[in-house]
Amino acid sequence: MPDVRYSKRHRCEWGTWGLVAATQGAAELMLQEFPDVRHVYLASGSCLPLRPVQELKDYLADRPNTDFIESATTADVPWTIGGLDHERFTLRFPFSWRKNRFLFDRYVALQRRMGYKRHIPNGIVPHMGSQWWCLTRQTLSAILSDPERDIYDRYFKRVWIPDESYFQTLARQYSRQIESRSLTLSKFDYQGKPHIFYDDHLQLLRRSDCFVARKIWPFANRLYDAFLTDSAGAMKRTEPNPGKIDRIFSKAVERRTLGRPGLYMQSRFPVEGRENGLTCAQYSVFEGFSDLFENFESWLARVTGTRVHGHLFAPEHAEFADGQTVVNGALSDSATLRDYNPRAFLTSLIWNTRGERQCFQVGPQDTIKNIEWDIAKDPNAQISVISGAWAVPLFKSNRNFSEIRQEAARLQQAESKHLGVLRSQWSKARIRIWTMADFIEAPMEPLQTIIDEIGQQNMRGIAEVPKMAELTGFGQFLQNLKNQGMHPYLMGDFPVAHDPHEQQNNKPKPYLVK
Amino acid sequence: MRLKRKRAKIRAWRKHFSLRSVSDRTNKIKPGDILVFSTFRDEYVRLPYFMEYYRNLGVSHFLMVDNDSQDGGREYLADQPDVSLWTTKASYKNARFGVDWLNWLQAKYGDGHWILVVDPDEFFVYPFCDTRPIRALTDWLDVSHLRSFGAMLLDMYPKGRMDAVRYLPGQNPIEIASWFDPGNYVIQKNGAFGNLWIQGGPRARVFFADKPKKAPALNKVPLVKWDRRYAFVSSTHMLLPRGLNQTYDTLGGEKASGVLLHAKFLDTFAHKAEEELDRKQHYAASVEYQSYYDNLHDNPDLWCKWSEKYINWRQLEILGLMSKGNWA
Repeated sequence: MPDVRYSKRHRCEWGTWGLVAATQGAAELMLQEFPDVRHVYLASGSCLPLRPVQELKDYLADRPNTDFIESATTADVPWTIGGLDHERFTLRFPFSWRKNRFLFDRYVALQRRMGYKRHIPNGIVPHMGSQWWCLTRQTLSAILSDPERDIYDRYFKRVWIPDESYFQTLARQYSRQIESRSLTLSKFDYQGKPHIFYDDHLQLLRRSDCFVARKIWPFANRLYDAFLTDSAGAMKRTEPNPGKIDRIFSKAVERRTLGRPGLYMQSRFPVEGRENGLTCAQYSVFEGFSDLFENFESWLARVTGTRVHGHLFAPEHAEFADGQTVVNGALSDSATLRDYNPRAFLTSLIWNTRGERQCFQVGPQDTIKNIEWDIAKDPNAQISVISGAWAVPLFKSNRNFSEIRQEAARLQQAESKHLGVLRSQWSKARIRIWTMADFIEAPMEPLQTIIDEIGQQNMRGIAEVPKMAELTGFGQFLQNLKNQGMHPYLMGDFPVAHDPHEQQNNKPKPYLVK
Repeated sequence: MRLKRKRAKIRAWRKHFSLRSVSDRTNKIKPGDILVFSTFRDEYVRLPYFMEYYRNLGVSHFLMVDNDSQDGGREYLADQPDVSLWTTKASYKNARFGVDWLNWLQAKYGDGHWILVVDPDEFFVYPFCDTRPIRALTDWLDVSHLRSFGAMLLDMYPKGRMDAVRYLPGQNPIEIASWFDPGNYVIQKNGAFGNLWIQGGPRARVFFADKPKKAPALNKVPLVKWDRRYAFVSSTHMLLPRGLNQTYDTLGGEKASGVLLHAKFLDTFAHKAEEELDRKQHYAASVEYQSYYDNLHDNPDLWCKWSEKYINWRQLEILGLMSKGNWA
């Protein structure tokens, strides 16, 4: 090949001066041996031209005085590795960052403490950018034959990662027209290492209209075959448009750093506080509603169009909607499996049903000791409580009064503890608590608020209302409990003799709440 | 932990005396080759597809330990040009379920290689495995300075009775056992070794619903850039030094991970369960197999309405069973 020359070899390691020295040598040779060359394009072995070279030539011929080199001041770039930006140019770096991180860090810290600062020669303003540039003969030769080059070289030899700043800084001194971008498509991940292209990126690269891309995986034969052999590309004269590739790679970085909220899996298991969402979607927890209203669950499902489960944490088994024994994700209703890891049970349920809001019931008789804190701390949870409503089923039951009294005491204690959790300073859920007495005074208003917040349909108000349990004699029932030495207080104040509603409405029960 | 690691190395050295070489082609191993290590016993019917699958991924050499097979599997492998084979009559249990044998071979032949440790019924799936060979993954791991890659065990099962369809040699077992549980896994962190302990899936759902703590572990680290000082501790569930078990992110991000499709539940399974029960060579005196066996007699169907049919790795990614991490 007549137009290939070999330049002097240099030892090149990541981020060292050797890279710049080798580039200088090759560029000098190029300018000297090929007087016709107008633009010099720096590329590496893992770069791959995506468009026919003729297109690149035409593109550059249209812009004969433009230098394509990404070049920005240190204050303006977000991609600095190791937290060093301007200090790259003012400290010394005798230790390798890759091989001897400890000494590197110690030495940087020492220099910071001593207030050490290198002098930047001739008042040049340090710029940084991608090391893959395309410069005009004028600019490149001006850099290489600068009378002060020795000074600059000596200075940049001690700068950290000079291959990203040497030409980027000096081009600013001489260039007539800088286009601050690289013609080489090169994407970096969050650790600053370049993304690699494989066979399956073929279509993506084609549509990018970039001239050159890197890095290409050495065994990506389909890419090499496709881009190195076919020169059929009609002269498109389009500007490079790497938007789609940008999106794919920025999504990858996002996945690596933030992950999918609410997902717990083999390679994502966040420590407390770093979950970025304990669960993946909003859900509603109802406490006491299904005790007070006879058909609450079916009513809620009808009105909101959500999935309404019974008591998911019931001691016998998880009461899934429609009496299913297994739900989405093959999640079993077995109480043992559930209680083995209730947090995994809940987060899996919410994850498996993405796109469909879940509602479920909770009561003081449920096994919630190991899950109540998680729910209370979860901003995705909407918790509505009618305290003391557990007394209604007891009131309706046909059990011995001593048993009822015992059970009431147990449930009241459990609920009171649970309310303590909900009211604690750490809870982050949207929590509403009413005493039963308050709630039945005006039940529609809170119900409407809750439904609106779920906000799936029915913005015009609720056409249909749930049926409240028959409560005649409930006040007397509570009084009986008191007479037995128990003190029921969570439900609020109920007069003994007559129900206030009965008096006002003066009509027989059961009644519909309007 | 260092002592534990040393002890594992000493055990490997002690147990290696029971290994007898059948065909040693390890001189064919070139630097940079990706190696598969595996133990098997009476798995002849599975071996042809196993070999085909991993050859297609770009594995260069197989180092296999035969535990006294009687079904011709040993003879079959001895004839394969890319297999080095050892055989032993010693107890599988005493060699800590084969770990000791493999630790020895890994130290001897795996040093400096990427090694993949899988059983004949495990099929490694990783991001982009349909378009990129395994070398693309290991190259990327090298560039990213990662030494190990996690892949959870995903139990695959057929729809209907396990013995309804017969598995034939050379057939892709996922054609028969094509269903899995998509979202019922539970995870805890193992403080001592730093790995995650994952349980769940159909085995927990059907066989261990009343004793979930005993359900088998599903976390695995099958792909490791091996160093002769490393050692597997308990199957490929955990490794020493502990840093190798850090295949997950704790700050909310996702690391790249894969899945081992576990095609255990084929028509061969009931027979195997019976036999293993006799031999008592498996973990915790084969309670696992006892449990299977008891259940298999009344209801051998693991399938349920919410089982998911396997399509490809992207499906597993969307379900959240594995992740691309920052590999794009």
